[in-house]
Amino acid sequence: MNRLNWTVTGFGILALCCLTLVAADEIATLRQGAAIDEEVVAEAIPRVIDTDVRPQRNYPMQPPTIPHKTRGYELNLQVNKCMSCHARTRTEESRAPMISVTHYMNRDGNFLAEVSPRRYFCNQCHVNQTAARPLIENTFEDMDVLLEKRSEKEQED
Amino acid sequence: MLQYFRKIWRDIGRPSVHYSIGALTLGGFIAGIMFWGGFNTALEATNTEEFCISCHEMQENVYQELRQTIHFSNRSGVRATCPDCHVPHGWTDKIGRKMQATKEVWGKIFQTINTREKFLEKRRELAEHEWARLSANNSLECRNCHNFDFMDFTAQSPRASEQHSTSLASGVKTCIDCHKGIAHELPDMAGVEGY
Repeated sequence: MNRLNWTVTGFGILALCCLTLVAADEIATLRQGAAIDEEVVAEAIPRVIDTDVRPQRNYPMQPPTIPHKTRGYELNLQVNKCMSCHARTRTEESRAPMISVTHYMNRDGNFLAEVSPRRYFCNQCHVNQTAARPLIENTFEDMDVLLEKRSEKEQED
Repeated sequence: MLQYFRKIWRDIGRPSVHYSIGALTLGGFIAGIMFWGGFNTALEATNTEEFCISCHEMQENVYQELRQTIHFSNRSGVRATCPDCHVPHGWTDKIGRKMQATKEVWGKIFQTINTREKFLEKRRELAEHEWARLSANNSLECRNCHNFDFMDFTAQSPRASEQHSTSLASGVKTCIDCHKGIAHELPDMAGVEGY
């Protein structure tokens, strides 16, 4: 290899190092300041909320969150463990809320006898909640709060 | 052949000529202990998880499923092995169950569930056997560890304590009625009560 080639290779390596540094800096924010070659110790897995208190929804169309543990609940083509309590026919005994009527509708708006296939997999929309600290601050405001704020503002004007 | 059996029958019926009654009694006693010990040792050897999963049918299907569940891995490290749930602990019931389980030897020889597909196809039937057994004996194997008298309802979730203090306490329901598939995957549950 001649001298020119060596120089080019040298510059190449330097450039790569710089790039890696930049990349490391960028990734650092997502990795709690740890470099790419460091291993970050994961935080403890937070506990699943198991209070059985039906939580308020943040907006009317929100799928309600699950206020109980669902470890080991099978949900596949053969079994739907959720439905063993939340199905229409099971709610008297289980006293769980029945899945809403929209779950029986197909996409043409017709009501079916059983839960519609497109609504079968509950955890596509409904999830457990954990007692974890939010990673970023949540500034969400309920629409009631927004309306109140607006009316306050209008009164001021 | 018949002559031979007749001779043995005659010999058994005759008093001993060469051996004293003491030697015979003692010999019988010792032989009895050895037979009984050997029998029990063999019985207990078949009553281990190691023995169960020495067949690939158990090792590759049900055992792998168990490993995901709370009966295998949990915060306190107490775990259930196959016989804890599938074989009664009392001696008489255990022998009864073991005699039933000879059917499994038949199944092994004739390869009724030697592939995953065959196993899945037969899973509902096999599961129904276990549900029927646990319903019939009031979930005896569950209760070997989960003793109702010592359950602390205050430590349970509201939902669980409600159900345990009513349906379970009154004996209307037994463990398996609600807790199906806690250690293994469930079969197709179409038509099963409560699903």
